[in-house]
Amino acid sequence: MTSWPILSVVTFLPLAGALFIALLPEDEAGIRNARWTALWTTFITFIISLILVWRFDPTSADFQFVEKQPWLGGAISYAMGVDGISLPFVVLTTALMPISILASWTAIQLRVRDYMIAFLVLETLMVGTFCALDLVLFYLFFEGGLIPMFLIIGVWGGPRRVYASFKFFLYTLLGSVLMLLAIMAMYWEAGTTDIASLLHHSFPLSLQKWAWFAFLASFAVKLPMWPVHTWLPDAHVEAPTAGSVILAAILLKMGGYGFLRFSLPMFPDASAQLAPLIYVLSVVAIVYTSLVALMQEDMKKLIAYSSVAHMGFVTMGIFAVTAQGVAGGIFQMVSHGIVSAALFLCVGIVYDRMHTREIAAYGGLVNRMPLYAFVFMVFTLANVGLPGTSGFVGEFLSLIGTFRVNTWVATLATLGTILSAAYALWLYRKIIFGKLEKPSLFNIKDIGWREIAIMAPLVILTIVFGVYPKLVLDISSASVAQLIDNYQHAVGAVHAAALAR
Amino acid sequence: MNAAQLPNLIPLLPEFVLGVGAMALLLVGVFRRAEGERFVDAAAIVLLATAGVIIALLPAGKMTTFGGSFVVDEFARFLKILALLGSAAAIAMSLDYAKHEGEQRFEYSVLILLSTLGMLMLISAADLIALYLGLELMSLPLYVVAASHRNSLRSTEAGLKYFVLGALSSGMLLYGASLIYGFTGTVSFAGIAHAAGQGGVGLIFGIVFLFAGFCFKVSAVPFHMWTPDVYEGAPTPVTAFFAAAPKVAGIAMFVRAAVTAFPGLTSQWQQIVVFVSIASMALGSFAAIGQRNIKRLMAYSSIGHMGFALVGLAAGTTEGVQGVLVYVAIYITMTLGVFAAILSMRRRTGMVESIDQLAGLSRTHPTMAFFLAMLLFSMAGIPPLAGFFAKFYVFLAAIKAGLYALAVLGVVTSVVGAYYYLYIVKLMYFDEPAGKFEKMPYELRVVLAICGLFNIFFFVYPAPLVGIASAAARSLF
Repeated sequence: MTSWPILSVVTFLPLAGALFIALLPEDEAGIRNARWTALWTTFITFIISLILVWRFDPTSADFQFVEKQPWLGGAISYAMGVDGISLPFVVLTTALMPISILASWTAIQLRVRDYMIAFLVLETLMVGTFCALDLVLFYLFFEGGLIPMFLIIGVWGGPRRVYASFKFFLYTLLGSVLMLLAIMAMYWEAGTTDIASLLHHSFPLSLQKWAWFAFLASFAVKLPMWPVHTWLPDAHVEAPTAGSVILAAILLKMGGYGFLRFSLPMFPDASAQLAPLIYVLSVVAIVYTSLVALMQEDMKKLIAYSSVAHMGFVTMGIFAVTAQGVAGGIFQMVSHGIVSAALFLCVGIVYDRMHTREIAAYGGLVNRMPLYAFVFMVFTLANVGLPGTSGFVGEFLSLIGTFRVNTWVATLATLGTILSAAYALWLYRKIIFGKLEKPSLFNIKDIGWREIAIMAPLVILTIVFGVYPKLVLDISSASVAQLIDNYQHAVGAVHAAALAR
Repeated sequence: MNAAQLPNLIPLLPEFVLGVGAMALLLVGVFRRAEGERFVDAAAIVLLATAGVIIALLPAGKMTTFGGSFVVDEFARFLKILALLGSAAAIAMSLDYAKHEGEQRFEYSVLILLSTLGMLMLISAADLIALYLGLELMSLPLYVVAASHRNSLRSTEAGLKYFVLGALSSGMLLYGASLIYGFTGTVSFAGIAHAAGQGGVGLIFGIVFLFAGFCFKVSAVPFHMWTPDVYEGAPTPVTAFFAAAPKVAGIAMFVRAAVTAFPGLTSQWQQIVVFVSIASMALGSFAAIGQRNIKRLMAYSSIGHMGFALVGLAAGTTEGVQGVLVYVAIYITMTLGVFAAILSMRRRTGMVESIDQLAGLSRTHPTMAFFLAMLLFSMAGIPPLAGFFAKFYVFLAAIKAGLYALAVLGVVTSVVGAYYYLYIVKLMYFDEPAGKFEKMPYELRVVLAICGLFNIFFFVYPAPLVGIASAAARSLF
């Protein structure tokens, strides 16, 4: 389609920026240049990724902008490409990176150069994860992201950063190595790790089940699903603001993306048989973690638990495998990427001023920070899923998608939306409303220009996607339709065979 | 002498160069004591390089000599060059240490040359006698260099311990070899393979003893007990040497003997290798967690790595051997790089060995910390670093061979093992500095940078190494 390898450029441009920053001297000017280089690199990457959207053909379900080079020998190659399922995540990643860099502009004063390098390397690995069209290449990017994130949490994190970073790293690694073994088994079974051809390979049922569980181990930890979500609150609380933003907005989405890209299309029979398991885990995640969120005293922890609950909607919608459910799952992920990122940024804004995240330390901020109160309100309501915000569309679609398949699951999950209103509004009331009584808050300043520049695009996107969700849904519709077609076909074939017997 | 009776000596050329060179250097060292050391060190590296070049230039294909007991094939070429690299790096890395500790002895380089000669013989050995000769030629100098700090209690203890246990293992190996000879009537691998047929209790006994000896040399559980003590007690450059080249030779003889002498008994010896591999991986991962001495930690780490390498052998297939070869090649670079960093842990008061001394290294020595961290992540098997590909190929083979339990246990222990590598990264990056080290010597910087860059950028173009390893593996079957 294009004569130059645009996906490789989007993927590796941040790495080039990181190498450049590594060459800068470690003095005042070097630090300033490191910040600006990181910002410009991520911004240019974002612009280039917009070319992807512009040149993307939404009517086709095939992989586009495909690149293929021999790599490891055998049938393992360097293959890149995007379709309607991965493109939204690529753009989400590139869009949030400049925002994260801006959010760290003044908050990070220690080892700025290393910080920017870690973020840029992380961007390369994240974009690569969504673009990879080869299982081994995918694994490389997927796992590689652990190293920079480990350092980001551990070096620039809070007081319990060592515990949190180790927990994050080892939890995720344990899930992923099992997936690696499944990838190998698939390689010997199908003779290739090329994703495009694996999508049309039908694996025997016994292998499907084992591989499905192995992939679940990895993606469930990453997403995270109950009961393997416990690393997330720790990692979020200890990570610096921008680290939380990337963690919530993008790293978690790799799990959902993995379900869509691998579990559903490659192991359709196993997915059909084991969907009830996912439903149960999702409903528990939605209801239980919402209840847990109600009890939190730390702002970041509350939002972290709400993330787990929202991811419950994603898995539920995806495994319903209806057009609405899958589209809802994707939309929910994009929306959550924006909204949770914004909520963590909101926490970061007051944390930068007060250096505490304890909910009890705040109250009555609306009196001193009206703009902040407005921004926070938009995202709180989006988190609750108010119609007109992006949060509503995702939850609504995944709920009706599930309702068609399993009424009980959808009904129970609806409870979660009520609970989410409870904890989100409670948080908002505690922090923003009431009297400004705490003496420490008397001199708190409203958000400045840099913070407005960070928040404005997120506010706009939340509302635009809420009012006009077609922007995202159209991109993915063809690919989603094909995914569901293939799935029904595969599962139908098994049913037919069972009936014939 | 009749020329027709003279065995073909071309395949032996690299060994000749090393052997004659080592003896010449011994003379040079004796007669020019005053300024001999530096010359001997430099000449030893040149000799090793020359031998490497000759190996690369030998005519392609399989060559045998001495009635088939000495084989040069792709497999031998690949591992010989690795062993030579490991030895050369070990000599280079010892230069600064020797200068500081006042332990400049030319014998050190000569002993390493002789030991390397033994490794080359071992790698090419295609019968049990040649194997034993190579093994002893490799081991005897090792015992001596382990005790080369003759005034240090730790060093002499390490040397003695290594010698006694090494002698024990040689005994077991010989006993196994004699059983095998008794039950098959031949010592050549090809003959054994022919005569072994479906095996029998006596032959299996022989294999068990033979493998026990092999396991000792590659320090695989349950014959690993010497490793932590010897690694800790021996002078650090010697430890660096132990961790690299002899492991290559040990793995080489293990693989060649198992694959070419007992191809019909694969399902029998596979069980041994599977057990040894699982036990090594598990012990290497769990036991290293509590270690505070970095050399001891590296000892357990190397036990674990040998366990991973043996996963490939357990598969017993071409893919498995390819995996072993890739693993060993990458393992060498990781180990040498890490030891280059360990050898730079020198304060004004002397060498330090506790891992806590690495605290805050990323502030005091950012480049060294970066490379060391990358090497440690590589050892933990995190992509996209080279260590990931090493593990990838061995587990790929294990999955193909249907060894699912081994593969699952292996990857799980690799996660456990990741903990202690991460712990060192944590010390270097998250903690407050514990003071600066002395300036890093030039040659250690080069080794660390080369190994680090290799591990970081391996993923860009892995095809050559994988291709050569694949050709080498095919030459065995």
